[in-house]
Amino acid sequence: MTDAPRRTALDALHRGLGATMTDFAGWDMPLRYASEREEHVAVRTRAGLFDLSHMGEITVTGAQAGGLLDHALVGNLGALAVGRARYTMICEESGGILDDLIVYRLGESEYMVVANASNALVVLDALTERAAGFDAEVRDDRDAYALLAVQGPASSAILKSVTDADLDALKYYAGLPGTVAGVSALIARTGYTGEDGFELFVAPADAEKLWQALTDAGRDAGLVPCGLSCRDTLRLEAGMPLYGHELSTSLTPFDAGLGRVVKFEKPGNEGRFVGREALEAAAARAEQAPPRKLVGLVAEGRRVPRAGFSVVSADGTVIGEVTSGAPSPTLGKPIAMAYVDAAYAEPGTAGVAVDIRGSREPYEVVALPFYKRER
Amino acid sequence: MSNPQQLRYSKEHEWLTAPEAGVSTVGITSHAADALGDVVFVQLPEVGDTVTAGETCGELESTKSVSDLYAPVSGEITEINQDVVDDPSLVNSAPFEGGWLFKVKATDEPADLLSADEYTAFTGN
Repeated sequence: MTDAPRRTALDALHRGLGATMTDFAGWDMPLRYASEREEHVAVRTRAGLFDLSHMGEITVTGAQAGGLLDHALVGNLGALAVGRARYTMICEESGGILDDLIVYRLGESEYMVVANASNALVVLDALTERAAGFDAEVRDDRDAYALLAVQGPASSAILKSVTDADLDALKYYAGLPGTVAGVSALIARTGYTGEDGFELFVAPADAEKLWQALTDAGRDAGLVPCGLSCRDTLRLEAGMPLYGHELSTSLTPFDAGLGRVVKFEKPGNEGRFVGREALEAAAARAEQAPPRKLVGLVAEGRRVPRAGFSVVSADGTVIGEVTSGAPSPTLGKPIAMAYVDAAYAEPGTAGVAVDIRGSREPYEVVALPFYKRER
Repeated sequence: MSNPQQLRYSKEHEWLTAPEAGVSTVGITSHAADALGDVVFVQLPEVGDTVTAGETCGELESTKSVSDLYAPVSGEITEINQDVVDDPSLVNSAPFEGGWLFKVKATDEPADLLSADEYTAFTGN
């Protein structure tokens, strides 16, 4: 594809703020506005405002919308209460992960599936194909929404000042329709930062108005605009997987340590869903003899591991591979997620190193996440 | 940040001062620092090392990537900036001043070093 990158409804605003832009999954997105470390710290201690309009929304409606999702996804979405959200995945028949998703149940017969930008078309096509025989409609709403996120400990107070919606009643992984700063929005208490926060799905035409209102409302609390660079370090510290790094079609949810998202006990479809047989086998394999496990690594030195670098044992044998790595602003050290051979996956395993451009840098194996907020 | 007129520049985005007693100070430009993002680790050559113009002599690690540091001239390293090793964010906050990287006693310099105006045109801003 040679198409020029797509621009969100907030593009002019980002440029006006002096953002460094980057091509991400075919979108021209803000990478950072000033210092990505300061943006990261703002989200951990105050609040940050993100444009996530590249995310792909797909609406599923109809009497059998829940049944379709139970068939097409690995979760038990028919059982999801209206107003709640669920982290789930869509897999191939072979069990490989096509994408990780958040599914919101907006009504008895209406769901919104939010896919990664890089996979939105794949997910849309798969859902459409898997909808055959169900009384359900799959609608491409990728262009119907802009998505703004307010994340950080001050996000609730900031949002409260511009909405009458009952945010205290809105639990983590729940969503409700409401009005924010005069703009109709789906208000969801979700995020990808490890902090309390909200994601606001609005019409693209309203995005700029909402951004400005949130910027004004958050000024005293220290809210700053935040780019994708700090979003990546925030999610990494929180131990959250990123498709293309920790997740891929060559891994099942069990391989990724996320077998809990696979629900074999589904009341609908007689328990059948796409990938079931392969995933049952993957579950058994993970139980008996997991080939590799996803672990956290914390540096003893200062050099930063990057995706694709080899994890090695004391004698230099390759025992794994880094999937994501970055300097952690919160820990003040480089951190990484890596798949390592099960024999080396226990926290505290001695002699584990990362080959950083030819030099072996010692790393400590730790349990994920690196960071957990106090509640 | 504009590129200081009194400095000369390499196409690998290093700047260097006119030699004082044969020794030039070297750093990376504001343009390069902005492109890297927050620098978190700086690996510099050691005092006494001989470096060769256009070849790597260290590395700069930022949140998103690692970049090689190139020697803009050939010569012997006479001093490194310990402050920037201890606090790499100086590369971002003061690339032309407190964020300098090393001093080199040049024995040879390439013909294609740029003036401030030429470097500004080269980077297109």
